[in-house]
Amino acid sequence: MTTLVQTLIDGVALGSLYALIALGYTMVYGILRFINFAHSDIFMLGAWFSCTIAGLLGWAVGTPPTWAFIVVLLAAMAACGLLGFIIERLAYRPLRSAPRINVLITAIGVSLFLENFGQLPKIFGNTPTKMPALIPDIALGSFAGVRLSLVNLIVIVVAVVLMGALEWLIYGTKLGRAMRAVSYDTKTAALMGIDVDRVISITFVVGSALAAAAGFLQAAKIVAVQQPAHVSWVQLGLKAFVAAVIGGIGNVRGAMIGGVLLGLVEMLGGAYLSSELRVVYVFTMLILVLLLKPEGLLGKTTVEKV
Amino acid sequence: MATLAERAKSLRPSASKMALDSVGPVVLAIGLTLLLHFVVGPAVGHSGTKILLDMGINIVLAVSLNMVNGFTGQFSIGHAGFMAIGGYTAGIVTYYGGYKLFGTTNPTGGFLGAGQWLFALSCIAGAVTSGFFGYLVGLPSLRLKGDYLALVTLGFGEIVCVLLTQSGAVVPASGIDAVPAWQLPYHVGGAVGFSPLPFYTNLFWVYLFVCITVLFAYRLKESNHGRALLSIREDEIAAEASGIAVTPIKVRAFAFSAAFAGVAGGLYFHLLGALPKPGELGFQKSFEIIIMVVLGGMGSVSGTILAAIVLTILPEVLREFSDYRMVVYALALVLMMLVRPQGLFGIREIWELGRERRKKARGSR
Repeated sequence: MTTLVQTLIDGVALGSLYALIALGYTMVYGILRFINFAHSDIFMLGAWFSCTIAGLLGWAVGTPPTWAFIVVLLAAMAACGLLGFIIERLAYRPLRSAPRINVLITAIGVSLFLENFGQLPKIFGNTPTKMPALIPDIALGSFAGVRLSLVNLIVIVVAVVLMGALEWLIYGTKLGRAMRAVSYDTKTAALMGIDVDRVISITFVVGSALAAAAGFLQAAKIVAVQQPAHVSWVQLGLKAFVAAVIGGIGNVRGAMIGGVLLGLVEMLGGAYLSSELRVVYVFTMLILVLLLKPEGLLGKTTVEKV
Repeated sequence: MATLAERAKSLRPSASKMALDSVGPVVLAIGLTLLLHFVVGPAVGHSGTKILLDMGINIVLAVSLNMVNGFTGQFSIGHAGFMAIGGYTAGIVTYYGGYKLFGTTNPTGGFLGAGQWLFALSCIAGAVTSGFFGYLVGLPSLRLKGDYLALVTLGFGEIVCVLLTQSGAVVPASGIDAVPAWQLPYHVGGAVGFSPLPFYTNLFWVYLFVCITVLFAYRLKESNHGRALLSIREDEIAAEASGIAVTPIKVRAFAFSAAFAGVAGGLYFHLLGALPKPGELGFQKSFEIIIMVVLGGMGSVSGTILAAIVLTILPEVLREFSDYRMVVYALALVLMMLVRPQGLFGIREIWELGRERRKKARGSR
């Protein structure tokens, strides 16, 4: 019982991270219909920016103030948002009318570039670094062996707040309506006077900022931040993409549900079957979903037209 | 008024030309491999041979990936997974099979000796196994297209890596007799990789398989079957409408491509004398192969060969800039998509470029 409750808490915390990253994938896919492979690298850079910014602000040593983590979080989100804007502008926009396979290759290229550029000695270097302890590692409560750590609570709270904000942005504002219109039918949206390029830029900025938030939270969770080209970053990002597919790609609420679901499956499988095979559960789930219900849990079936 | 059959007959090339076309390349291939093995190999010394071997293996990998990514227009990012499957299968055959046959896990026999033939057999076994898995991975292409399919291949590659890390430790030669034969394939080294494998890879075998792969790929492209692949690449719905059984053909392309990747795996791992850790065979390796295909031209056999050669030599020449290697590759990939999205040679072969230009010049006259 104790293990189960603990696993559920860990699963929801991990799932919230997946959900935050999955939102970026799903938003871009919803509008441009391609997998933004570079998204997992934005997530990675979010973690590295957090480390660097916290270091620059002098919080790497001693006890930083309690509000420090909010500053670092927002700064990392802003930095990655800007990066997302630049990437879209330079790499993806010229390919707006190119075949999808070319955009996919470009995305892979951007992804490789971000990883390996970040690994250069003068940028972030190729050794793991330690995340400054912005969030103290304390247990909020521990009853009957179940431990709710502050980090996990903050992860869940930040994720819920950001997802709420996104929900409001997409369903409650004029800009959100424009985003949904572009996603529904780009050409018609353009004819209705929506500046499609601007909407796409904003989508990239918002998605990248969410990924950066996930990166910050992940760094706070694992403390030792892996080198930029480390496999684990890409793998985490890919798992988040799987979450987006499970929830129904292009569907914002689906990404949230898919993320939490995936986190739970991974943690439960890890706790009760074998913890080394976590990647296998995730990708098996992906292949099953793609074969049985390719549109995902909340996605709409699309009919292919000539 | 000649009937259709008669007209077709008159267009068919003469028997002697057909014989030359089918036997010629084989003779040429064997000649080339022997030349490389006995003349070029000793002439360029140890390090030169190593580069030539790497180059050959990269050619096999890139050309085989081109069958799926280039000819068929699908997008596989799990090529390293097939390479791993083929390599591990081949390793099991030469290490455990070699012990059962010759009583030692070290290389046996000289050039074209018994050990060498076992090695060739092991590469073919690797090809069969990974071809089978290629068939399995190709099956979802029934329902999935484009980036979804790419994702399945990626997931497949990752699953292979993780499962391989779960395998048991290698049984040393002294203990093989104590382990039941059916359990041996499980003992392939786990997370530390399969070693020590016998060093069998030499220029002869590598370039023999290079010739087979290249010949297969080129003949495939020029054949009926290959035209079907190219039509799927251009427009899947139109291909289906003109009576091409899209799914079985796509699945076969996957199987062939995976089989040759399996051969490359066998060659590569017996060159190192050890299977690399499964972690090194993840999508990073797949990306390196994709870069060769994309830069050389998706659909161009000779273009891919050229890209594989250049991308093998370049890192050796520019060794002091090795930190920047992947950065430059990545930039090249992005720039290529912006400037020349079909790759350097596109779908054409190198020798077809001039012909195309001449044709254009004649047309404008």
